Amino acid sequence: MAETTETNGQAPVSTLPRSSVRYADTSLLRTNFADTIVEIKEALGEITIIAKRDGLLALLMHLRDEPKLRFNYLADIGGVDLGEFAEPRFAVAYQLYSIELNHRLRVKVLIEEGDATVPSACGIWKAANWLEREIYDMFGIHFDNHPDLRRILMPADYEGHPLRKDFPLKGY
Amino acid sequence: MQSVREIRVPTTAVVDPAFARKPDPLADQLMTISLGPQHPSTHGVLRLELVLDGETVVSTIPDIGYLHTGMEKTMEKERWQQVVTITCRMDYLNSMGNDLGYCLAAEKLLGVEVPKYAQDLRVLFCELNRLSSHLVWFGTHAMDMGAMTGFFYAFIQREKILDLYECATGARLHQSYFAIGGARWALPTSFHGLCEDFLEGFPAFLEECKKLVTGNRIFQRRTQGVGVIKKENAINWALSGPTIRGSGVNWDIRKAEPYSGYDTYDFHVPVYEDGDVWSRYLCRMEEMEESHKICVEALKRVKQPGPHLSNHPKLKIPDRDLMKQHIDVMIHHFLIASEGFTIPPGEVYQSIESARGELGYYLISDGDIKPYRVRVRAPSYVNLAALPEMVEGSLLADVVAVIGSIDIVLGDVDR
Repeated sequence: MAETTETNGQAPVSTLPRSSVRYADTSLLRTNFADTIVEIKEALGEITIIAKRDGLLALLMHLRDEPKLRFNYLADIGGVDLGEFAEPRFAVAYQLYSIELNHRLRVKVLIEEGDATVPSACGIWKAANWLEREIYDMFGIHFDNHPDLRRILMPADYEGHPLRKDFPLKGY
Repeated sequence: MQSVREIRVPTTAVVDPAFARKPDPLADQLMTISLGPQHPSTHGVLRLELVLDGETVVSTIPDIGYLHTGMEKTMEKERWQQVVTITCRMDYLNSMGNDLGYCLAAEKLLGVEVPKYAQDLRVLFCELNRLSSHLVWFGTHAMDMGAMTGFFYAFIQREKILDLYECATGARLHQSYFAIGGARWALPTSFHGLCEDFLEGFPAFLEECKKLVTGNRIFQRRTQGVGVIKKENAINWALSGPTIRGSGVNWDIRKAEPYSGYDTYDFHVPVYEDGDVWSRYLCRMEEMEESHKICVEALKRVKQPGPHLSNHPKLKIPDRDLMKQHIDVMIHHFLIASEGFTIPPGEVYQSIESARGELGYYLISDGDIKPYRVRVRAPSYVNLAALPEMVEGSLLADVVAVIGSIDIVLGDVDR
């Protein structure tokens, strides 16, 4: 079981009864992926793995194939801009789910603005294709080895990445 | 690829060479056509770039973004409670479900218990919403394949549900009825009778639908074995809702991770194995029966009134008499009314079963009066990504059937 950590000084408050939260067994991950995993924390009934970019794909592949974890369902990939002057600036959060074992997990990668590249997870889950394209479109984060990395929601000739925090909310 | 058609000229008759059929120069060439964005069968502003060999689809490139309005960005500027007015505008056919997902995520961050009456209200309206959403799907899906009548029958029933929304919330399409901590107000007394009338007549309508469309041989032939996606592939593409249950995956978030007290309702989840348009059709039709069952039970429960909003000090407007006696209560009221409330820092991912599938909200708070980031996992967006694989090798006319069967809403795809 992952250790309980406090988030920014606030004690985690879980609204769910403890019995209804299903935790994935992450006990072995810390030793097997010591170089990749920075931290495993648990808050509000959810486990978050903070991982490094190197070895990320191996970690995701392991999470999908390991019989005790079997995260065969990539629910979502979400990009986050941690702030214009934050170091590192961006985060990419993979929301994983296991249909057979019915548990969830979040893997988060922090990346610098100067080298905003993440290896693509398209080879692991096909669903990653459009989700990564959206992050590329909205944040300007590149995905290595993505089969079709184009803008998806904004026009092809659009300049700028709308969900970055320094992008204006109104027109100039 | 088709070979150049042979010219058959009867040998006995003498044919003037000017009248003989010449080989078609386009016969062995691929043709690229653009379906949409203004085509009625694309259910909104979706454009498909289809590469055709004759009438067979070789490849498909969906082009989306025509309805992109930057809602995730707009949410970052609204206060916590105001965001609800935006969420219902994303998937406008399943607006209550969209509000619910956001409210649940914010409540999880804030650590609020929702009163039982409000939970039952939420279940009732979400299931009514599922019915009204599936009715639009039923009408348009049948109409895409030439069955015009079903559309009118479905919209008569949908109209009745919209009247119910109007009675309870004042709005027909964008209700914004749920709030963080419960619902905005309790039900008016006139609602119960109206809702009972509707629920009484609904099973008879479903029977009519079965005679009209389900038993229709043309409809069956148009949908069976069309747009097949197998179980493993469906999971790999992260399909959800009736689209994945039509591929034999028994997974419904209402059962797997119950929210708002869904575990206390008796219903079953229809699953079909074949993964074609017909399976997805049957799934949704049966889901309507189950939703009707839940509605009947939930209506019984909401007849016992109770508090509709949580007592949490950040959510409840202070008592007027207390405000006149204590200055700190007055200040508290002023703060809630003028700038809203803060939510402790943290991040949460909350998903619900919307009419289209897994609708997820990834919410990040930095302790401010506004959300730092709202990421929406839209079911239509993820389901649509698998369309090229579903339609590859099928006929052009089947593309329309497949689009109808994954039931996309472009407001949900583009956000």
